[in-house]
Amino acid sequence: MARGLPIVLGYFPIGFAFGILAVNAGMNTLEVTLMSIFVFAGSAQLIAVGLIGSQAGLATIAVTTFLVNLRHLLMSAALAPYLGHLSRLQQGLFSFQLTDETFAVHSMDFKTEAAPPRARFFATNVLAHLAWILSSFTGAWAGSLLTDLKAWGFDYALPAMFIALLVLHIGEWRKAVVALLSISLSTVLYSVTEGHGYIIITTLVAATIGITLGKKKVDARRSPVNPGE
Amino acid sequence: MISADPTMLLAIALMALTTYIPRFLPLLVLSRRALHPLAESWLSYVPAAVLAALLGPALFVPEGQVHFSLADNPHFWAAIPCFIVALTTRNMFYTVLTGMGSISLLRLIF
Repeated sequence: MARGLPIVLGYFPIGFAFGILAVNAGMNTLEVTLMSIFVFAGSAQLIAVGLIGSQAGLATIAVTTFLVNLRHLLMSAALAPYLGHLSRLQQGLFSFQLTDETFAVHSMDFKTEAAPPRARFFATNVLAHLAWILSSFTGAWAGSLLTDLKAWGFDYALPAMFIALLVLHIGEWRKAVVALLSISLSTVLYSVTEGHGYIIITTLVAATIGITLGKKKVDARRSPVNPGE
Repeated sequence: MISADPTMLLAIALMALTTYIPRFLPLLVLSRRALHPLAESWLSYVPAAVLAALLGPALFVPEGQVHFSLADNPHFWAAIPCFIVALTTRNMFYTVLTGMGSISLLRLIF
């Protein structure tokens, strides 16, 4: 439970901001809550609200959501070696609640501990999901009262969360180099291209440059489920 | 009685599907076999790369506007206290509060 608490606190301002933005884009409280229950993707939901507000079609919303969420493909693959002992149903449930934030906590957890008890990482996921649903519901409820997001800095909740997550992921100089490259490249690509393709292109390029920076601990983690071997 | 718009429900269903597929597919395929060490090394760089890719435009091209001078971009300056708080506390909540507080303060100044 304790591992999920920082996520709960981190989600609150973001879910609240999402709820407010969604209501201001024309969604009602029920629609906001349903989206948070079934989608559970902070940045994709925030981006979708922007699209809904600008009268985008269903295809645009679906394709953009997919592109924005492609990064989870890589996160899911990164956690896969640690989750082989779960049943298919448990894996299905685990992936439903795999977000940037739960990933950050789990990857840290799996790195430091050989096999964390599954009850603990499912508790983290469920706690995070409940916090997301409750905070977006509260935001939607407050949405009609608070229309100026900037006055409270709610529009900055998402970048601030990315900063916190990024810092948690940079453990050594190679990752810092990759992050700096990625920030520069994404800024340039975002400025000169249309759509959200910059996210996946930047990620692929920066991570590929990362492996050219030299090897580190590659062989130490050959058997992540049982690293004692 | 509050009710959901059918088009909105369809949008939510499509989003749920396009969110779930990339989250589940790799787990389904990769959890029962070992990854090549090179692939594993590559994957270890992905979180930092993808988070930084989301962050870059948010700091330097906020709200879709390119700022040619950093001086008039509070989104960039607010990131500095955020990084300091994140590095010292390693706490998401403090970092988000610092971000919201800093940008509000900077908007009063700018």
